[in-house]
Amino acid sequence: MNKKEMKVPGIESGTVIDHIPSESTFKVLDILKIGDELVTVGNNLSSKKMGKKGIIKVSDKMLKKEELDKIALIAPQATINEIKNFKVVKKRQVQMPSLFLGMIKCFNPTCITRHQDVKTKFILINKKPVELKCHYCESVFDKEQLELL
Amino acid sequence: MNFKGKDIISINDMKREEIIYILETAEKLERGKRQDLMKGKILGTLFFEPSTRTRLSFESAMKKLGGKTIGFADPSVSAVKKGESLWDTIKVTAQYCDVIAMRHPLEGSARLAAEAATIPIINGGDGPNQHPTQTLLDLYTIKKTQGKLTGLKIAMSGDLKYGRTVHSLTIALSLFGCKLYFIAPEILQMPKHILEELDKKNIKYSLHEKIEDVVKEVDILYSTRIQKERFADEREYEKVKNVYILRAEMLKGVKKNLRVMHPLPRVNEISTDVDTTPYAIYFEQATNGIPIRMALLALVSGVIK
Repeated sequence: MNKKEMKVPGIESGTVIDHIPSESTFKVLDILKIGDELVTVGNNLSSKKMGKKGIIKVSDKMLKKEELDKIALIAPQATINEIKNFKVVKKRQVQMPSLFLGMIKCFNPTCITRHQDVKTKFILINKKPVELKCHYCESVFDKEQLELL
Repeated sequence: MNFKGKDIISINDMKREEIIYILETAEKLERGKRQDLMKGKILGTLFFEPSTRTRLSFESAMKKLGGKTIGFADPSVSAVKKGESLWDTIKVTAQYCDVIAMRHPLEGSARLAAEAATIPIINGGDGPNQHPTQTLLDLYTIKKTQGKLTGLKIAMSGDLKYGRTVHSLTIALSLFGCKLYFIAPEILQMPKHILEELDKKNIKYSLHEKIEDVVKEVDILYSTRIQKERFADEREYEKVKNVYILRAEMLKGVKKNLRVMHPLPRVNEISTDVDTTPYAIYFEQATNGIPIRMALLALVSGVIK
């Protein structure tokens, strides 16, 4: 175990979310809706690739597709490591989906989804920078206006 | 081209060929004898927000085709008042008719209704979002007066920032290679995302602050109203309110084929002395809503293929 890893201790099994932009670390933590799981969080850690980064380690939790999709939106460079017996058994970068169902609140206050019980639906129209279009009201908005459900 | 069962929700969903087909169908219906194409069919006009003109125009179109209409013009008399969701209202009323024309104050309501209904939905306006039958009748008017839709010079003036008619018309015209002139005070200019879309499609456009700067070059001048409530500072409104009023004297030396359009109702943005010039087409433009709505009703019902 090297010095850097010691800053955020390893876990026996669960998920490590690495390469989170520092400003998004706590937003990612919000997405995970942590209950009883053991969680360790490191932020503003130095990173060759990113300058500064965040890392979240959650014991005994595998992420669901919906959680991965939400993470992709706010931390598109994040890597997901699945851990078993202290070893990384699977490592991948989050993938930005083309469709977001019931995950995002529409930015437009006069959108029907803000007033009635409707599952929101957003289409990714641009990856860099992120631009999403509401399937219902057709409003286009960017990452700054994003509000996760 | 088969439109049977299709919903007409947004101009953004339409391909160039589909628009041309709708306009050609409208032309045939307008020229042809009265036909009972929709005999035995019922149009539901569900107006969750009052709009006499659009509703009457849909009802007139249906009756000209021999069909019947049911509906409401005011949601306060329907179950909506009791708190029924749009989804449920559409689920139930879709059982009573063959096609629905609806208007609703919330954006995206027509798309939601189309998902709830098994019959075609025609959007008669969903808040400030879309009003595709208006755009189609605008295109029909342009084609009728100019003989074509391609390669024209089209100016739009007034409130280009918030006006849904000019947004949809711009998107539709971008399919036909027209040159566009946007005339508005800086704070009410065409939104950036629409200009970016024009850039992507290599559509030529230019921004202007005065009608006089371009009126002699263009084939169509599409005027819209500048609303006082759009301005945070009343003095700003006072500064621009008279700049975008079209008067007959401003039409000296314009192209013979110039036509002045307006989605109506107008307040004072076109002076009444323009009405008697050969350039005024706005009243005929409103009438063109009938053949367009007839075409859409016949196409989505599958009685014209």
